[in-house]
Amino acid sequence: MLSAIAEGLRLVATLDLRLWEIVGLSLAVSLSAVIFATLLGLPLGAAIGVSRFPGRQVLIVTLNALMGLPPVVVGLVIYLLLSRAGPLGELGMLFTPAAMVVAQTVLILPIIAALCRQAVEDAWREYEEQLRSLGVEGMRAALTIVWDIRFSLLTAVLAGLGRASAEVGAVMIVGGNIDGVTRVMTTTIALETSKGDLPLALGLGMVLIAIVLALNAAAYLLKEAAQRRYG
Amino acid sequence: MILPLRMEAVSFAAGGRAIVGPLTLDIAAGPSTIILGANGAGKSVLMRLMHGLLDPTSGSVVWSEGDPGRVRRQQAMVFQHPIMLRRSALANVTYALKVAGVPAVERELRANEALREVGLLQVANRPARVLSGGEQQRLALARAWALHPEVLFLDEPTASLDPSATREIETVIKAFDAAGTKIIMATHNLGQARRLGDEVIYLHQGRVLERAPVDQFLSQPGSAEAAAFIKGELPWV
Amino acid sequence: MGLICGFLLGLFASTSILAQYQFITVASTTSTEQSGLFRHLLPIFEKSSGIQVRVVAVGTGQALDMGRRGDADVVFVHDAAAEKKFMGEGHGIAHRKVMYNDFVLVGPKADPAKAAGRDIVAALKRIYDARAAFVSRGDKSGTHAAELRLWSAAGVDIVAQRGVWYRETGSGMGPALNTASGMNAYAIADRGTWLSFKNRGELAILVEGDSRLFNQYGIMLVNPTKHTHVKKEFGQKFIDWIVSPDGQQAIAGYTIGGEQLFFPNATK
Repeated sequence: MLSAIAEGLRLVATLDLRLWEIVGLSLAVSLSAVIFATLLGLPLGAAIGVSRFPGRQVLIVTLNALMGLPPVVVGLVIYLLLSRAGPLGELGMLFTPAAMVVAQTVLILPIIAALCRQAVEDAWREYEEQLRSLGVEGMRAALTIVWDIRFSLLTAVLAGLGRASAEVGAVMIVGGNIDGVTRVMTTTIALETSKGDLPLALGLGMVLIAIVLALNAAAYLLKEAAQRRYG
Repeated sequence: MILPLRMEAVSFAAGGRAIVGPLTLDIAAGPSTIILGANGAGKSVLMRLMHGLLDPTSGSVVWSEGDPGRVRRQQAMVFQHPIMLRRSALANVTYALKVAGVPAVERELRANEALREVGLLQVANRPARVLSGGEQQRLALARAWALHPEVLFLDEPTASLDPSATREIETVIKAFDAAGTKIIMATHNLGQARRLGDEVIYLHQGRVLERAPVDQFLSQPGSAEAAAFIKGELPWV
Repeated sequence: MGLICGFLLGLFASTSILAQYQFITVASTTSTEQSGLFRHLLPIFEKSSGIQVRVVAVGTGQALDMGRRGDADVVFVHDAAAEKKFMGEGHGIAHRKVMYNDFVLVGPKADPAKAAGRDIVAALKRIYDARAAFVSRGDKSGTHAAELRLWSAAGVDIVAQRGVWYRETGSGMGPALNTASGMNAYAIADRGTWLSFKNRGELAILVEGDSRLFNQYGIMLVNPTKHTHVKKEFGQKFIDWIVSPDGQQAIAGYTIGGEQLFFPNATK
């Protein structure tokens, strides 16, 4: 275990270029996926949160269940879609970072949408009468609430980011773990482990955890500051 | 003009229980209408039926204007607990104006004018949620004022406030009245009813028991229940 | 909404821009990748040709499947029988032999089944008789196919006669070796992966040098008639280079700890 920590520190200290390339790609892929999933998932979840329609309960249960989508299954499905032999083969997207972003977006979209739905539904109970009195309904109400509770929704976004940066199954299959092109932290850790280089794998793992911790800490501080300001 | 409002054989039931009605009411422009009644008499439900936040289980609520958009925009409601967005006081008012379709160039002007009217201009840029309870309620009134509605509903607007804040709110309501807005207000506070109202609609267990000018109702109530209510002796329903 | 469409368009645009950049996709095996050969070999080719080689390293079964789907331009594996079938089905053309390495039998130094020696078939027979713990990749890879052939040669119908002692990990060489190391079991591995494998535990090479452990690598171009988007010029360039004296020399030049891993044997 100690050699792992030492290895991790050595990697960071020597500013190993390959390592930083890998870290950079990991962040780019996961953050892009989070951005897309947030842009799609917040309105989706909020819309469900403020509306009533037949089948709503079924939709909510399904959305919640999709939070547990196995990454490797998502990877396989996206692979089959993007393969040259598949319907979207013409795009030539397989084995590119773009494919990895797509796969991770699909993976974390339900997480962000489901958590947003819950938060918005809870807030709607407080806001509904006043907003409807002002003539605000439907999507407009949903988005007003989303903006108003934006700091609470940060938790949902962070949950999505955590899932994206931690998963290996989806990016491995659709990215192909190509050296210098689609290799990210998690797939590198998997590779080094399979090569038996466990200290290196653990060292990388620690770098990954440190980065995710830092992102979460920053988000938390931002949230606290904003809550104090806006009440 | 969206007034007069006609409620025809309206009733509202929930969970198998009849809460309001059946009742038939005409609300005309002019006199400030106070809705009085004990807790649970159905005041809040009646107001929400009028304002359109609830649909009646039977009967009809009909305004004198055909266009539902105009009907909506000519009304505003202030609740017992003001609900403010996490924005500045000014932004809360401009938000309401934006929703009402007021062009961008006019919004800030009208919002500032409304804040000045209620005496909140100096806190225009403070986050609305850090204001005191009384200030937030005044802000709710400013938000309504900016919309220049024909009808203003108020659901126990001062029930949560201390006497000085209450006085400030009453001053604003009087200003609304002076500007020609129709006031429809539910309250517990008999003194407030006398200060602000012209006529009283007295509700008892969801039915309209009496309707009379304020002074007449308070000095010579027509029913035993009303008399008991005024004496403050009505048991909780 | 407009913002989202803009983002997505940008993403797809960048994908197609990448497509114009000169590269080929090579489906190859985990053992080749993990031995470190590509890291040594590819920069040499890329420098002289300007073509980037992107290797997707999976098991032989999956590599050939990638070829069938048209998801790769070139396939570079080590299972002669499967390669022949692939060519026969019309999925591949321009097959060339490239190099060979060998498999070794690794096992616990204590060698409970007394497998050590120079005869792999005899060793496997002894392992079976002793029902000693044995780890198989079980993943339709070239290594797995070789392992099955050797059991067959030892007279053991492994499918019918396997027992608890025979563990299939369904994985690449590295994870299989990890498992073998953890369980103190026997396993067949390619020398390349073994040499760079760092988690050996009690394991050591017990059988090597038997000609039946010979592991031939072949390279093929994915049939551009079947898959019109295949980069046939660039792919052929890579194939031509790897069987050329330059390429063959580069292969021979790759060593770990002074030991050569792969032996070039391309024919005209």
